[in-house]
Amino acid sequence: MAEIVARDIVVDFPIYGTQSRSLKKALVRAATGGAIARDANERVIVRALDHISLELHEGDRVALIGHNGSGKSTLLRVLAGAYEPVAGELRIKGRVASMLSIALGMDFESTGYENIHLQGILFGMSKDTINKKIDEIAEFTELGDYLSMPLRTYSSGMAMRIAFAVATSIDPEIILMDEWIGVGDAHFMDKANARLDEFVRRAGLLVLASHSQELLRRVCNTAVLLDRGKIVCVGGVDEVIGRYGAL
Amino acid sequence: MKHYFRAAFRDIIDGLLATDVWMTLAWQEVRQRYRRSLLGPFWLTISTGAMLLAMGPLYGRLLGQQIGAYFPYLAIGFVVWQLLAGLTNESCFAFTAAEGYIRNIKLPLTVHVMRVIWRNLIIFVHNFVIVLLVFAVFVGEVTWRLVEVPLGVLVILLNAIWAGLLLGLLCARFRDIPQIVASLVQVAFFLTPILWRSDMLGRNEWAAKVNPYYHFVEIVRQPLLGASASQESWAAVAAVTIVGFSAAFLMFARFRARIPYWV
Repeated sequence: MAEIVARDIVVDFPIYGTQSRSLKKALVRAATGGAIARDANERVIVRALDHISLELHEGDRVALIGHNGSGKSTLLRVLAGAYEPVAGELRIKGRVASMLSIALGMDFESTGYENIHLQGILFGMSKDTINKKIDEIAEFTELGDYLSMPLRTYSSGMAMRIAFAVATSIDPEIILMDEWIGVGDAHFMDKANARLDEFVRRAGLLVLASHSQELLRRVCNTAVLLDRGKIVCVGGVDEVIGRYGAL
Repeated sequence: MKHYFRAAFRDIIDGLLATDVWMTLAWQEVRQRYRRSLLGPFWLTISTGAMLLAMGPLYGRLLGQQIGAYFPYLAIGFVVWQLLAGLTNESCFAFTAAEGYIRNIKLPLTVHVMRVIWRNLIIFVHNFVIVLLVFAVFVGEVTWRLVEVPLGVLVILLNAIWAGLLLGLLCARFRDIPQIVASLVQVAFFLTPILWRSDMLGRNEWAAKVNPYYHFVEIVRQPLLGASASQESWAAVAAVTIVGFSAAFLMFARFRARIPYWV
């Protein structure tokens, strides 16, 4: 049973200028007792998530709503396990798939097939699993013989088809998505959407950040409104979208 | 505190076990660098070979050495040095170069260190062709001592784990450390007995022996020259391994969770 329980999660981003990144400056600071370079030592800290508490369960399709910089992406990265919160407690049950950057690690000098392997491994598949799924993935992309060619000969849309097909071929229990990952031209888009719907249906839990209210209404059954790193309210999608409009 | 150590330990173990990930990524990087070239990574072998053919006779003459003994000493030492220098320099970028991965997907951070190590091992294996050639021409005698060669390489790679964790972490936080390290490595090449022998220093031989690089070179070079590395070298290497791992583990445990915020 997929489940996410977060209690009082806090994430602070230190903002380093070149000053505080320099070892020399740090040494001077230490040597001078901090008197001379004190200004440089005053780190600016941005609180990206401010005491976030959430409980998400199997069957939840959660919409993350909020302005740019409200903490949606940071929250997704925390749930993905990339960022560890500086305070608070996070418990996640179930295999998590992060769709935050599906084209990560794609190599333009390698062929389509090689990229399928590469992507598969980054999504945590074993070599055997990839070999089992590769025909299905290749067929879905409709790229045919192109798959034996280096990716640099592809259009960007074609390359994205590979990333999309691999990402949606895994079987996670929890899916994290920053904007709906649609690809392709009109014909392919329908096919991709159908595959994505099925992918999301298979998973127990979805957390989706998006600015498209139409999409959120269609896909999600509950919503969380974030503002400046804090949760404003949790509730039905329509209700929360209403609050967002009033923000 | 205990939690820190457990999480760091988990990261290292999980990272080591994720062989598919780091081997694939490292291979891909090597191939990427040499993709449309005919000889691929053997270009490195050729350039190392050319360098040795030029330097061998020159420095042999300058230092008044017999070329038959000097050339294998230089060639083997130089190839091992390239592994050590590559590992040291690239460790600095273990985490910063993997920024995209670190910020978006959950992978043990140790994976990125292992990737640097594996990539350098691949290059070393290509360069090792030179060592084999030199060995066949100048040494030729196959003895049981040669099993110390892979053992020595393994010990070097083992040390690269702590060096990668420590340097990768420090360089993610302080961005001018890679430059400092690069200059130090350049200086270390001349201070390490590769072009010259430690006994040429006479009474000042200690100056070579306080340099940890010397001992790491020795444990691979000596068995290939038909001798065994001195117990002193093995002791030095053991000490560096223990101290290095302890320091790196403490730092990594303390700052591991901060690295995604730094890169």
